[in-house]
Amino acid sequence: MISKRIVLHFPQRLVDQPIVYKLVKDYDLQFNILKAYVTPQEEGLMVLELTGEDEQFKKGIDYLESCGVRIQPLSQDIIRNEAKCTDCGVCVPICPVGALVVDPLTSKVHFYDNKCIACELCVKVCPTKAMEIHF
Amino acid sequence: MRTIKEINEKIKKGKVVVVTAEEIIDLVDKKGLKKAAQEVDVVTTGTFGPMCSSGAYFNIGHSKPRIKLGGGICRLNDVPAYCGFAAVDIFLGATSLPESDPQNKVYPGEFRYGGGHVIQDLVFGKDIRLEAETYGTDCYPQKKLQTYINIKDLNEAVLFNIRNCYQNYNVAVNLSDRILYTYMGVLKPRLGNANYCSAGQLSPLLKDPYYKTIGIGTRIFLGGGIGYVVWHGTQHNPLARRKENGIPCVPAGTLAVIGDLKQMSGSWLVGTSMLGYGVSLTVGIGVPIPILDEEICRYTAAKDIEIYAPIVDYSQDYPQMTDKTLGEVNYAQLRSGKIIIEGKEVPTGALSSYSKAREIAEILKSWIKKGEFLLTEPVAPLPGVESGYTFKPLKERPI
Repeated sequence: MISKRIVLHFPQRLVDQPIVYKLVKDYDLQFNILKAYVTPQEEGLMVLELTGEDEQFKKGIDYLESCGVRIQPLSQDIIRNEAKCTDCGVCVPICPVGALVVDPLTSKVHFYDNKCIACELCVKVCPTKAMEIHF
Repeated sequence: MRTIKEINEKIKKGKVVVVTAEEIIDLVDKKGLKKAAQEVDVVTTGTFGPMCSSGAYFNIGHSKPRIKLGGGICRLNDVPAYCGFAAVDIFLGATSLPESDPQNKVYPGEFRYGGGHVIQDLVFGKDIRLEAETYGTDCYPQKKLQTYINIKDLNEAVLFNIRNCYQNYNVAVNLSDRILYTYMGVLKPRLGNANYCSAGQLSPLLKDPYYKTIGIGTRIFLGGGIGYVVWHGTQHNPLARRKENGIPCVPAGTLAVIGDLKQMSGSWLVGTSMLGYGVSLTVGIGVPIPILDEEICRYTAAKDIEIYAPIVDYSQDYPQMTDKTLGEVNYAQLRSGKIIIEGKEVPTGALSSYSKAREIAEILKSWIKKGEFLLTEPVAPLPGVESGYTFKPLKERPI
């Protein structure tokens, strides 16, 4: 079994096509949609947590790419600007998945991007705008 | 035990013993109060949090032909500054917002840029757009001015904060069913989180609870440079409730501070945006406490576990000024990441950076050790508990 959080970028011509449902139907993959929207440039953007058998997972990804969907690992999308972060910790109780944690020894805030679901709540609450979106 | 003059002699000779407000705790635990007080000359404190009553004043120099900003209006990067002084003196407050900012019309407002950000940009050495409109006089004929200004060209650029460094603060919670956007951060409904804003055992005024050493004229670390305490801050409230150890358990004393903005750093003066609330300036302050006797040493050794803060509901009790609290917690509990309120486990978040406060205390320690920073004797004390000085609500009278 493999489980990954990925970002799918759908080009304009695919925005009105049913694509993701095939991941279930043809490749027996489970998905949890964390975010989905169409940008003003009419590009589709979807953040998925995708789970399935290794072989099927690979085939599913190949299928998406063959359709023209660009795939990006989620951890590259929400980035902490270290120069701006003051390690205050006001984001910590706001993060719904515990991806932002205060280190008890150093009192600095750690960002575990592998846990991040890109909900963007921290982006809005950060007083110094240190959490950045790079979709 | 020792005087400030004697401490300064030791600083000059490179023989001074300086520890931070965290280190003195361990030292007193290990060696006892008496021995620690004999060994240590200075304890350094630090705090780094949003402080809204901050601002800066500038003298921009005279234009050709001359212009009189006094009585007119003036904006820096679209942010209104106060110019009701002589011709070219202006004051910019940290919470000032451009007229074009939507504020909370689209709720919650983002407040991306304001006075605090202009101050940080100036300190970074960025060019700032100044626009002014005023009336003409015989001696000051110019009515309009549009120019870039840069901190290096200004005659004076002075940080002048009329209230900083609060001695303790509320722990903010939300008992209502909707999200609240406050100066204490986003508060989730039904006790979803508890936000606090103090460096606790590192915080300057919590380590000198009766203002025995910190007074008018005290030299401090301010925004990465050197500053001075010039007065007690606004809302200074020495008569606030205290614990047996003398430490206030509610917001109490405050400081007004000043310093040359030109030698400060954008790392320690940070423009700050509070979602749904407004803009501010996060300020780094460090105050040295001379260990003049055992009593002062004992105060500096106070631990997080001995320092309490009140839990206040920001849905009703804070906005309506009811004075009600939901109990109190100590800073060790707050810094553990969760506290218990009304039987519920509530995650905590801080607005004040403990790690930055620690860094400030370390920097101040290194300045003193290297002989770059001498201690000052206060010129006059801050109003203390015996002064009768209090913080009053507004006396409203119908017009």
